[in-house]
Amino acid sequence: MPALLPIDSVAGVILFWLALALLGLALQNAPRLIAQLLFPLSAIGALALAATALGALGGPANVAVLPLGLPDLPFHLRLDALSSFFLLLLGAAASGISLFSAGYFRTMPGRALGLLCFQYHLFLASMALVFLADDAYLFMVAWESMALSSYFLVTTDHTLPQNRRAGFLYLLIAHVGAIGILMSFGVMQGGHGDYTFATMRGSHLSGLWASVTFLLALFGFGAKAGILPLHAWLPEAHPAAPSPVSAMMSGIMLKTAIYGILRVTFDLLSAPLWWWGTIALTLGLLTALFGVIFAAVQTDMKRLLAYSSIENIGIILVGIGLTITFHAFHMQALSALALTATLYHALNHAFMKGLLFLGAGSVLHATGERNMGKLGGLIHQMPKAALLVLVGTLAIAGLPPLNGFASEWLLLQAFLLSPTLPHPYLNMLVPVAAAALALAAALAGYVMVKFYGIIFLGQPRSEKLRSAHDAGGWEQFGLAWLALGCIALGMFPMLVIDHLAPVTQFLVGHQLHGNTAQSWLWLTPVQPERASYSPLILFSIIVIGVLFSLLVVKKFYHGRLRRGPAWDCGFPEQSARMQDTAEGFSQPIRQIFEMFFGVIRELPSPFDKHPRYRGETIDRLWNLFYVPIIKLATTLSSLIGKLQHGRIHIYLMYSFITLLALLAFVR
Amino acid sequence: MNLSALLFQLLQDTLVVLAAPLLLGWVNQCRAWLQNRSGAGVLQPYRKLIKLFHKDAVLAHNASPLFRFMPYILFACMWLAAALVPVLATDLPLSPAVDVIALVGIFALARVFISLAAMDIGTAFGTLGARREMLVGFLAEPALLMVFFTASVISHSTSLITIVETLAHTQFVLYPSLAFAAVAFVMVLLAENARIPVDNPSTHLELTMIHEAMILEYSARHLALIEWASALKLLAYITIGIALFLPWGIAAADHWSALPIALVALFVKLTAAGAGLALLETLSAKMRIFRVPEFMGTAFLLAVLGMLTHFLLGS
Repeated sequence: MPALLPIDSVAGVILFWLALALLGLALQNAPRLIAQLLFPLSAIGALALAATALGALGGPANVAVLPLGLPDLPFHLRLDALSSFFLLLLGAAASGISLFSAGYFRTMPGRALGLLCFQYHLFLASMALVFLADDAYLFMVAWESMALSSYFLVTTDHTLPQNRRAGFLYLLIAHVGAIGILMSFGVMQGGHGDYTFATMRGSHLSGLWASVTFLLALFGFGAKAGILPLHAWLPEAHPAAPSPVSAMMSGIMLKTAIYGILRVTFDLLSAPLWWWGTIALTLGLLTALFGVIFAAVQTDMKRLLAYSSIENIGIILVGIGLTITFHAFHMQALSALALTATLYHALNHAFMKGLLFLGAGSVLHATGERNMGKLGGLIHQMPKAALLVLVGTLAIAGLPPLNGFASEWLLLQAFLLSPTLPHPYLNMLVPVAAAALALAAALAGYVMVKFYGIIFLGQPRSEKLRSAHDAGGWEQFGLAWLALGCIALGMFPMLVIDHLAPVTQFLVGHQLHGNTAQSWLWLTPVQPERASYSPLILFSIIVIGVLFSLLVVKKFYHGRLRRGPAWDCGFPEQSARMQDTAEGFSQPIRQIFEMFFGVIRELPSPFDKHPRYRGETIDRLWNLFYVPIIKLATTLSSLIGKLQHGRIHIYLMYSFITLLALLAFVR
Repeated sequence: MNLSALLFQLLQDTLVVLAAPLLLGWVNQCRAWLQNRSGAGVLQPYRKLIKLFHKDAVLAHNASPLFRFMPYILFACMWLAAALVPVLATDLPLSPAVDVIALVGIFALARVFISLAAMDIGTAFGTLGARREMLVGFLAEPALLMVFFTASVISHSTSLITIVETLAHTQFVLYPSLAFAAVAFVMVLLAENARIPVDNPSTHLELTMIHEAMILEYSARHLALIEWASALKLLAYITIGIALFLPWGIAAADHWSALPIALVALFVKLTAAGAGLALLETLSAKMRIFRVPEFMGTAFLLAVLGMLTHFLLGS
């Protein structure tokens, strides 16, 4: 009997998840069992998947053919370095999210929970299958089941009309994107009629067709990732979905699109052109800046996180753009560096954003409030959740020594090492792009201070917050898992890079050397003189500094402390309403970037009996891109509607005319 | 890592933490002289620190652990930053742990913590200060990063030590890109250290205050640590400026004999920089807060221009 290959274990986990999905349907009458047995089991499955994928990263590619699907069209599976990496991301993040779900969903009624459990595990299994697929057919099947299961998850709370609308928008954009992906596969198979990825790798497309494929794939996958201007569904769908689902969609599902772009560009097309990189870079920068600026003006905490996801996808796309550019100019070491930064950031984002969405879920669970303007001071009621969310906040703000900083550091290094491109305009673009990236990263700090400060710090903005409860045991477990991931990924970047080496070797034919002369303590992507960074040393110095100053202060001076009312410049009658609200905190951003937003303001007149203020920032891209398309669709359908009169003889005439036309054509 | 280098690192760590208030005192004294006042003497910051350390701390009722813990983190971050800039010599064993990007990251870490702590009590002034600090920060941070990048592309490295060695120990070359960067850096320095024209360090109860608004709720030892950290931050910024734009006189690795010269050079440079800062502050008027984004945007654009100049001239 042959030894168990990694691909078999992965397939086993997928089957296990599918079984859990069915069990969830069967156990509808025992909601406690679903929450506290099935979801922890699912976390164990995810952990097993992560371990298998980690083991398979450096190993040879496994292939398998499943005799499923249509006759003569079996499913091809393949586990190579790229799919292993993304399966690792899926497993590692999903285990935390599933643990959290065990606590989060425990109060849901049985029927809804059974359905949710079914969709949830179907979603997980189809994402794993997307990473495993080795032919366009299975890929599209998995892709569509992923879109459908997540659609039902988004509309879990389908009694609210805005949730149904959000789900519809999501489904629509997902399918427009799927058409793009399908067409790019269609171009790639190049008339062979064989849709396996192996054939696509073999068919070397000419420059024009390769470019068409790339652009179609970028469009199609971009719709799933939320790249500008196809981002419109993200800020609608994420707040509508239950928090663990938002965490999964933002942390993991957006990465399936990144996986797709990487797979098509580097594996299936194999010889990217340099201007593809410029397109990806520009789009990525626009997306990142757009996302972070809009995140800064949000008042709904989950919308804020959704916009922040758009920003991070932008950063990842910038990395992809750089990788393509370097690869096209045969600068292998640099493209490996940029790709490492890209993959690293994708992994980091799965942990950080998973953590933050789950934390937002805990807050929502405890207070029933998503509007940041009605929260505040929760660090006193929810100390444990607040501490864990703080880790995610600092990580996503890109602060050392956590993980978000490590990947942004690598990406900036890739920018700095690049000024030797053989194209003068590109050379000018690179510093501007680096500046824009730095601006986006700095703005992320603003957004995250707002997120954390308004929700967890200050005085509670309403009375009911005083009775909020902390996250439960399972929830804390899930949050802690992701927070530990953020810390570990930030502290040991060298180990992460070593594990990314097979992926970059596979995609761009080069890897960052683990630099064995240097220890695992130092991150030195090129040479130690050029750049080095050691989060562990940095962290220990800060810890030593904190302990030292604490000790000295305690030792040499008294530790006397009194509690009193807040000072606030001696103003005695301060209330919670005098703090900045979410809108107030983002006022400078609204002012500086006014031209980006459409701002609607309703100001009260001084004579109003009941003064009412309303401010809304709207996305101008909606009017620019979506409204014309909607109008066009309406006009076209009303034109087509004119053909339909509901009379049989007119329809018969249509058939007759069609027949005549066809006859004329065939003749 | 040899013993002499380690010793050197320890020497610098002690020196910066002890000398930082002195620099602040010198700047304040210069300002007093320029404004026809007699001033309180260069040792005044030390007296203030001692006074604050001896007082009883008063904490608001709803202060969270984050609020109490922040001054220590701030102090440690600023100490770390000041200790890792090559001030006297380029032989610092811990310096490779933090390159210029990480240095910007440490400043950002400190900024995020102080802003969060300012929001913790939930007073009107606290959140106002936090909001403004982040407003200044999100424009200052990329500007500073761009200044560093301009120096990095010249020396092909983001390590501060390599940058200083390249700029100090090669023959004298004029880099036009560095001129842009220097102007941008001074603007960032003024903003980040809460100096005029962006903020006024010697005022309370001004509606346009930024830094002081954030630390209104602090008292006694916590306030002392924050003040000390601000002094360290000013020292770190000025020494970064010296390292980037006036690196001559810094001792190379393993040159203990050059240390006295380096010490004298540093003293002269710091004295001059402090006086220059005081002059700059005296000559300019405080801006309206709404003008600050323009000021910072100018700094950012200048820094980007510096980097573009480098590529345009192809040096």
